[in-house]
Amino acid sequence: MRPLRSGLPLDPLGSVIAILIGVALLAAPFVTYRANRIVSGEGRMLAEALPVLVAAAVFAVAFGAGLAAALIRNPLARLAAALVGLAAIFPAVGLSAVFLTPSGNSFARISPSVGFWLLTLSFALLAADSLTRLRLGPWARLAALATAFGAVALLLLSGAWDGLSILKEYATRSDSFWREARQHLFLALGSLAAACLVGLPLGMLCHRVRALRAGILQALNVIQTIPSIALFGLLMVPLGTLAAASPLAAGLGIRGIGAAPALLALFLYSLLPIVANTVLGLNQVPAVVVDAARGMGLSARQRLVQIEIPLSLPIILAGIRIVLVQNLGLATVAALIGGGGFGTFVFQGIGQSAIDLVLLGAIPTVALSFAAAIILDAATELAKGSA
Amino acid sequence: MSAFSILTRGLALFMLAVFIFAPQLFAFAFEPLTANNAPAIYNQGSLLSLTLSHLRIVVGATLASTVVAVALGIFVTRPAGLDFLPLSRSLVNVGQTFPPIAVLAIAVPLVGFGEKPTFIALFLYGLLPIFENTLSGLTQVSPLTLEAAKGMGMSPRQRLFQIELPLALPVILTGIRLSVIISLGTATIGSTVAAKGLGEVIIAGLQSNNVAFILQGGLVVALLAVLIHDGLSVAERAVARRLGRPADETT
Repeated sequence: MRPLRSGLPLDPLGSVIAILIGVALLAAPFVTYRANRIVSGEGRMLAEALPVLVAAAVFAVAFGAGLAAALIRNPLARLAAALVGLAAIFPAVGLSAVFLTPSGNSFARISPSVGFWLLTLSFALLAADSLTRLRLGPWARLAALATAFGAVALLLLSGAWDGLSILKEYATRSDSFWREARQHLFLALGSLAAACLVGLPLGMLCHRVRALRAGILQALNVIQTIPSIALFGLLMVPLGTLAAASPLAAGLGIRGIGAAPALLALFLYSLLPIVANTVLGLNQVPAVVVDAARGMGLSARQRLVQIEIPLSLPIILAGIRIVLVQNLGLATVAALIGGGGFGTFVFQGIGQSAIDLVLLGAIPTVALSFAAAIILDAATELAKGSA
Repeated sequence: MSAFSILTRGLALFMLAVFIFAPQLFAFAFEPLTANNAPAIYNQGSLLSLTLSHLRIVVGATLASTVVAVALGIFVTRPAGLDFLPLSRSLVNVGQTFPPIAVLAIAVPLVGFGEKPTFIALFLYGLLPIFENTLSGLTQVSPLTLEAAKGMGMSPRQRLFQIELPLALPVILTGIRLSVIISLGTATIGSTVAAKGLGEVIIAGLQSNNVAFILQGGLVVALLAVLIHDGLSVAERAVARRLGRPADETT
């Protein structure tokens, strides 16, 4: 901990967060009320959005958390303040939907507004800063992630948010939601698996055969540069021709549009980080270690499996993290060429100017990428520890 | 770069320029891909003006992100901003898990269709790589160098402008290159929210089931991105050389 500066007991970051909380409470609407799904909405301040006593309680809790952020420097206490703040506003926004919807009216839509998002942002920033300062180990970070997902799942399952607009969009599409979720994971994970199967041996080959290295890495680099939608489009042409020419390919489900070009494009994008990091990982294994293993009579295969791969695992895992986060995001674009995934809702929502539908696609995507990043970061650190 | 690669790049640039200025010359190549007498060459606007507006939005957004991201990077590495450093590092990590398309889609209801949401998405998403690289560039300057500068009687401002920023420049330029490449792709998707750009050609092809449009749009966007990437890499290496280090160290 750095010593307090004399005469200024305020924490700079905490003060910024406290100001954000103040603006969110006093100057921004907490939720938006719309008479139906399409019309533009009107804001409702916290005091109008909830029963008086509940509104006062939420106000007091958020205000207190803001004060704590500005005055207290102990990261554990700041984390607690942030969590209490989130625990107050998350159920409150669901309650507000019930409170504001006239009984029997199924057209009215209530969605979180600027005030709610600002409060969420402030508490999330406070929590993120405290967690960074606490320097949690990999297992503790995984536990924090699981707790956060568990808490959100509890809120969703308990029905506390059922009155919110985004969950009404979900309710009318629950079947297609889970179908697109599976498709999204299939695109992102399937292309990752294929890229590992091809990329790891290719990386080992590039490590052994120096002459190949520059050429292969450069070619993969060029592919990485091509914007996703252009690559999807470029792949549609040869795949369409292949399907037209070969009944076998068509029978396997390979067509110009749909999942095939999306999967192939994601696979190609994934190759560079995996091959490059495999080469990098194998290169940094100290030559003396490999020599010692040879001296102990280990064969080339034993050296690779028992020495070189375990020692380069953290760097290879870092490559897999890049690929997974990148693929989960890029898979949204696949919807444009009929490949499905959460992008379906995003593009439908853009087409209908329905922001809740956009969010129904965007929020799960962001949550998945976020979880993937934390899990693989932790795995990388654990691999580093054991290597 | 070898003579071969200079030759291929030069040829690619030449073909791209000819295609953008006079696409009808290539109609024969795209004719076989069309069905039912559909046009072989994009005919709903000039490729030249689409390319120019595509580039304009990318350049504008990148300039804005560069100014803001470098300023933020300098702020959090000064004594007054050190409290924000740990948080800003984790924010950059979290921010990059947001897919650009999500930023684009969320901006639409706030500012309407057209260039504005695209500009906002490009600007916000472009901040991340530049900020990240500014941070690593500024924090990797050796403390010994800074100590020596202090010993020579340089003020903090002089140290920043004459020592830290020049030494961090190659790394910052790499961040700008990453940001430009991401922006070129995001601007292409921007056509789904009615921003003028080269994505229009691909989207028009998808909507009218015209493979010729999809292919030419994809080719122009891909070539443009690859050539811009190469051009910026050359500029980075030149700067790194001027600082007297081998280029590999900076990438």
